[in-house]
Amino acid sequence: MKVTLKIRRFNPEKDEKPWWGEYEVEAEPTERLLDALNYVKWYVDGTLTYRRSCAHGVCGSDAMLINGRNALACKVLLKSVGNKVTVEPMRGLRVIKDLLVDLEPFFEKYKQVKPYLITHSLTPEKERMQSPKEREVFDDTTRCILCAACTTSCPSFWANPEYVGPAAIVNAHRFIFDSRDEGREERLEILNSSDGVWRCRTIFNCVDACPRGINVTRAIGEVKKALLFRKV
Amino acid sequence: MYQRYDAVIVGAGGAGLMAALNLAGHGHVAVISKLYPIRSHTGAAQGGIGAALGNLEEDHWEWHMFDTVKGGDYLADQDAVEILCREAVETVYELEHWGLPFSRTPDGKIAQRPFGGHTREYGKAPVRRSCYAADRTGHMILQTLYQQGIKNQVHFYNEFHLLDLLIEQGRCAGVVALCLATGEIYTFHAKAVILATGGCGRIYRVTSNALALTGDGMAVALRRGIPLEDMEFFQFHPTGIYKLGILLSEAARGEGGILRNRDGERFMQRYAPTLLDLAPRDMVSRAIYREVQQGRGIDGKNYVHLDVRHLGSEVLDQKLPDITDFVRTYLGIDPLREPVPVQPTAHYAMGGLPTDLEGRVVIDEKNTPLPGLYAAGEVACVSVHGANRLGTNSLVDILVFGRRAGRHAGKYIEENDWVPLPPSPDGPAQDLVNQLLSGNGNERAAAIRDTLQDEMMDKAGVFREAKGLEAMQQKLRELRQRYRQVKVEDRGRKYNTELLEVIELGGMIEISEALVAGALARQESRGAHSREDFPKRDDPGWLKHSLAYQTPKGIELKFKPVTITKFEPKERKY
Repeated sequence: MKVTLKIRRFNPEKDEKPWWGEYEVEAEPTERLLDALNYVKWYVDGTLTYRRSCAHGVCGSDAMLINGRNALACKVLLKSVGNKVTVEPMRGLRVIKDLLVDLEPFFEKYKQVKPYLITHSLTPEKERMQSPKEREVFDDTTRCILCAACTTSCPSFWANPEYVGPAAIVNAHRFIFDSRDEGREERLEILNSSDGVWRCRTIFNCVDACPRGINVTRAIGEVKKALLFRKV
Repeated sequence: MYQRYDAVIVGAGGAGLMAALNLAGHGHVAVISKLYPIRSHTGAAQGGIGAALGNLEEDHWEWHMFDTVKGGDYLADQDAVEILCREAVETVYELEHWGLPFSRTPDGKIAQRPFGGHTREYGKAPVRRSCYAADRTGHMILQTLYQQGIKNQVHFYNEFHLLDLLIEQGRCAGVVALCLATGEIYTFHAKAVILATGGCGRIYRVTSNALALTGDGMAVALRRGIPLEDMEFFQFHPTGIYKLGILLSEAARGEGGILRNRDGERFMQRYAPTLLDLAPRDMVSRAIYREVQQGRGIDGKNYVHLDVRHLGSEVLDQKLPDITDFVRTYLGIDPLREPVPVQPTAHYAMGGLPTDLEGRVVIDEKNTPLPGLYAAGEVACVSVHGANRLGTNSLVDILVFGRRAGRHAGKYIEENDWVPLPPSPDGPAQDLVNQLLSGNGNERAAAIRDTLQDEMMDKAGVFREAKGLEAMQQKLRELRQRYRQVKVEDRGRKYNTELLEVIELGGMIEISEALVAGALARQESRGAHSREDFPKRDDPGWLKHSLAYQTPKGIELKFKPVTITKFEPKERKY
């Protein structure tokens, strides 16, 4: 099939403002959008810039705005986008070059929620026990690959860049609901602010954007509930 | 730019992060990584990490050791394998203590499942040894280590590409790297350097490896006179998604999946009657090639079927959710209803920078260390995998030897001072970048890379013979010539990812030269190295490691003995 890629280009070293580049690519319908981007970079215009690595949806490098929705370019097949596809950088983060955005603020927010197991009690010699049922409670949020698709699809985040954002809350959830973790209170306190979970307006864009199928809004809801009903 | 650290780690996958965590507190340490750490390829590992915990049935590290030695066709150094299998157990507990969300047994312990080549009682039957977190074990390991890195305030230089290794007075003096964001070249002056840059699967057309896996650490070291050990041994994983190469974990077969040919026959019965579909990867990949050669591929094409229909939706959704998703996404088929087209995919370099048991890089047949230089993970060759790695052992390797390298380097930086930098330490790197950015060649890097990948797949893949390997050497000479005329269209400094890809390609050609030279020299078939013209293993002639050196006259090979402690070489039958 023939696909026309309409790509939002911007190189601050030479462009005054962003522009649209159009590239026609001949490809199999079962190929990934990432394959088409690679074709353009490798055989048409070497200056096209984006991030990519694993090419099968587990490293989280190539999240971008594809036909108006956030997705991973390596998980979108050409047959699903039609003959013309627009590709833009994710919204809400500074564009550095073409499809590549500044992820530093995104990772800073991730770090804010203390995304690591916190324990005070004695470590056993072997493993800590955890039942399959206890493990199941936070299974969904362990799937996050930190691609930023959810956070950069969130209107609350666009409106207020200080908002910690769905990805950071998902990763807080992963620990708050882990039966082994003892940092629940400090993490909940971090999220109990105007820039924490309460800025979520349950718009559900994040659920739609997540390439891992995480029910992000539900996870945020569970954190809100934990805050409302926590023991003081 | 000049930066000075006690130690610099290059690469932020499992090995690099583990080294960093063990160095934290011992000095001023930095991790430089081409990718954001969380994007590293450790995250793509699926099926599990092998350790004889014995949570579901009796198991012992000695059994694990035997399986690893036999799986590696007796080429592994057994002192190293012993460390691997003993320390695997404490390593898995350490990961759990750091919060890794393992899947659990009904009584709350870490869940374990069978995996290729892992057996009880020295080969009697499969054993449940692979500790897993659904089919995203690597993802959870990478996340857990990165989280610990944040907790321990490890200092990361994200999106820095390794350009050169500095050696002065016979000791390691640091590295030179390109900052992708600014295009600036940094000299990192360090007492110790740990290379943990991963593998080089992108030298092949069909591969499970990420686009970033271009063997950067191997290439940079090779150019500085450090040998690469056992490069001729490259593992092809039997079950890559047809054409795409995306990995479908051996866990699919561990949970009961079956390989079938065009007649629906479970052909592994003929190749490995005891372990069947759970035979080691080299044997299963060869079996698939043989089936295809003999006309039993599906529709006469070069693939077979992986059948998981009988496992039911609960196993697929609970234990293999990611690979079920891959099949649905990339093939548009439901693995519950249809068998999955698979073919062998280039997966893992058993070879790499030779190291000793402490992760120190050694540079000759006598295992003389190069002070201050360490390597761990796929970039290294300890050798624990010998001629063929068992599934789950790469995750053990990165953690056990990442830790050992980190610990030893921790002592080293306390006891040693900085070596002075060579004059103009970043000169060669600056020249390379300036030359590429100002050249007026007309060769497209992608065209050179396409040829390299196709030819390597064809001539240095699952089966090799002298004629093809000699032709490959000729091809590599041509590619080197063409590479001299390579063009870089992007002349900018900031995030010049085209420049990055061109630099990577140069290294890929050189690594391929080492691999092909080793493959041509080794006139036997052992593990993943299978010569059509020398179909038998030859212990008197070839029970030895190869060391490939880059010289002005081309690759020169030397050899060193294999360390054998507990298990004398025997014929390898499953």
